Amino acid sequence: MSKFFEIKNLKVSIGDKNIISDLNLTLDKGTISTIMGKNGIGKSTLAYAIMGHPLYQTEGEVFLEGTEILSLPVHKRAQTGIFLGFQHPIEVPGVTVVKFLQQAYKALKGNIDYTKFQKSLSEWMEFLNIDKSFLYRYLNEGFSGGEKKKLETLQLLLFNPKLAILDEPDSGLDVDALKIVGQGIKKARENGTTVLLITHYQKLLDFLEVDKVFVLNDGKIAIEGDKSLAETIEKHGYDFVLAKA
Amino acid sequence: MSKDEKKPNVKSISEEYKYGFKTKEKYKFKSDKGLTEEIVRAISEFKKEPEWMLEFRLKAYRAFKKMPMPWWGNTELLNTVDFENIHYYIKPEKDHKKSWDDVPEEIKETFDKLGIPEVERKFLAGVTAQYESEVVYHSIKKEFEKLGIVFLDMDSALKEYPDLVKKYFGTVIPIHDNKFAALNSAVWSGGSFIYVPKGVKVETPLQAYFRINAQNMGQFERTLIIADEGSDVHYIEGCSAPVYSSDSLHAAVVEVIALKGARIRYSTIQNWSNNVYNLVTKRAVAYENATVEWVDGNIGAKFTMKYPAIFLKGENAHAEVLSVALAGDDQHQDSGAKVFHLAPNTTSRIVSKSISTGTGRASYRGWIKVNKGMKNCKSDVRCDALIFGKSRSDTYPRMEVYEPTTKLTHEATVSKIQEDQLFYLMSRGLSEDEASTMIINGFFEPFTKELPMEYAVEFNRLVSMEMEGSIG
Ligand SMILES: Nc1ncnc2c1ncn2[C@@H]1O[C@H](COP(=O)(O)OP(=O)(O)OP(=O)(O)O)[C@@H](O)[C@H]1O
Ligand SMILES: [Mg+2]
Repeated sequence: MSKFFEIKNLKVSIGDKNIISDLNLTLDKGTISTIMGKNGIGKSTLAYAIMGHPLYQTEGEVFLEGTEILSLPVHKRAQTGIFLGFQHPIEVPGVTVVKFLQQAYKALKGNIDYTKFQKSLSEWMEFLNIDKSFLYRYLNEGFSGGEKKKLETLQLLLFNPKLAILDEPDSGLDVDALKIVGQGIKKARENGTTVLLITHYQKLLDFLEVDKVFVLNDGKIAIEGDKSLAETIEKHGYDFVLAKA
Repeated sequence: MSKDEKKPNVKSISEEYKYGFKTKEKYKFKSDKGLTEEIVRAISEFKKEPEWMLEFRLKAYRAFKKMPMPWWGNTELLNTVDFENIHYYIKPEKDHKKSWDDVPEEIKETFDKLGIPEVERKFLAGVTAQYESEVVYHSIKKEFEKLGIVFLDMDSALKEYPDLVKKYFGTVIPIHDNKFAALNSAVWSGGSFIYVPKGVKVETPLQAYFRINAQNMGQFERTLIIADEGSDVHYIEGCSAPVYSSDSLHAAVVEVIALKGARIRYSTIQNWSNNVYNLVTKRAVAYENATVEWVDGNIGAKFTMKYPAIFLKGENAHAEVLSVALAGDDQHQDSGAKVFHLAPNTTSRIVSKSISTGTGRASYRGWIKVNKGMKNCKSDVRCDALIFGKSRSDTYPRMEVYEPTTKLTHEATVSKIQEDQLFYLMSRGLSEDEASTMIINGFFEPFTKELPMEYAVEFNRLVSMEMEGSIG
């Protein structure tokens, strides 16, 4: 039996700058794991590279349920079941949120049952406390930081991917929004999504029962542990845990 | 997976339509090639026109002969126009009926893909005098008559309302305005005539395709709209389906008059086949408190020259021009806007958006003029160009402001599609083509949101068809 998700000897560069040198990681189906690490260490780079951003050159292999994905174009990776929640969601002027969601839903599911789509959309919007008026605004344009993160979470729930890589879904959120997004991620997991979470804070991890904690440093996974590792980092900082490793 | 199945190549179907769809015509009257005074006289006589119209045509003919080609636009292409090789007047045989069954399957299929309403399809395919559309037209016509609205083809208007036509015809665009306006004035045929009486506000847009019997898609059509004091009207012409024309030169003239307090919106979507030179002179005058809005979309044609103009002649008049152009391979869209502030406290807003792909070229040519003494005028101009590959985009703004109290802003951007936008959309399962199309439709959104729903949908679909395979 092949692993659910597996990264083997991954190397990622931007131009001639190497960011990730040799990264190995596996995830079990249905788990929530988190990747932590200092600012600028390469967490977002890893997320972008897995999704296939053209700026990042990759070597090595990444498998989702046995399918090698690095050789696939971005949209095929998405259709295979990978979702990336952006640290900084992109604005697309003139494209309404509802139109975008509809097209993406159709592209990801292969077809669209509008009644089902509408129902699911309203439910999740209510769950996340997003006002209906957002549907007719242009995609991420003029959204506050928190509103953007909520829209990413809405997509996570609506698209129900196999694997979600969430890049700092908690940054810039007020207490209430943090709670809502946390509950959203929990719901996604209940609905079968395996989660790889990038975060700097303990708060979100408290909401979720995190199975594994990875610390990224020096281009590879430097430490792997359980929830207590995140707590130690929170208390003593990265240098402390890295020195011990 | 079904997603991987190859889609039928819509592009090639529409290409074929553009080039391959010709029908055998029977003519009642067909002038010789080239233009002479005799031909001009023959046209007028054939149409049994009043003397003044013949004089108008002859004057225009002489002006046309003398005038040089425009020096702007694309002189290289303009100089390839062979005036000697054109039939200036063709009158199809009256009872000549083409049936829907004669229309090739591919074209019907293209119509299906575009989701074009039945009435419009038959018109586009050149199937004349359809029963259903006749009925629709007549019921609308009755309603209009009750309100005193005149909505006719130009030739009929000249017969039925000679005084009204005489009063306004040629008053906005004089004969000698430019060579192509002169040509149109000499040989015009078809087009629309609209008169909206004082205070009448027309709720539903007047649409050219209801005048199904008239030849409003003519080569030298002539349109005149008069909105009397305090009235309000929206006219829509054309439609986004590709319109095949075997005539390579199209020189239309559109005159629009908004009297005191009136509002006119004139929306156009043009998608001529790729052999056409579309050289249109469009101009409006807006009197006190009047508003004129040109909403203008250009997709097809080999070469387009079109600069909707508005002369603001009364205080507090407002001008609005919203134009978009898509220039694909071997296409040159030279469009823009012209606003003259000829009265104080007048305002204008111009938004121009263009996309060029492949070897396409899109140019914006604008002209804002504010005369001295015309206090407190305001003008905002915004031009956005999106370019793909080796395509080309230029702007030629001309600003003549002789009044220091004028507030003028001009913003221009030229950009390529942002990689991050593509990546974001592709990470949601959209292919590169789908993602680009979405970004492009978003780019055109300020235009499409001004169109009635069915036109907006058609326009977007058409843009996707045009963009298919042309990105990268
Ligand atoms: N497009 C780029 N061009 C050049 N350098 C880049 C580019 N993108 C990222 N980098 C560099 O790669 C390194 C890793 O950046 P990355 O965004 O992956 O960090 P991160 O771990 O996500 O940081 P943070 O916690 O602040 O989000 C940084 O040094 C960054 O400056
Ligand atoms: Mg980051």
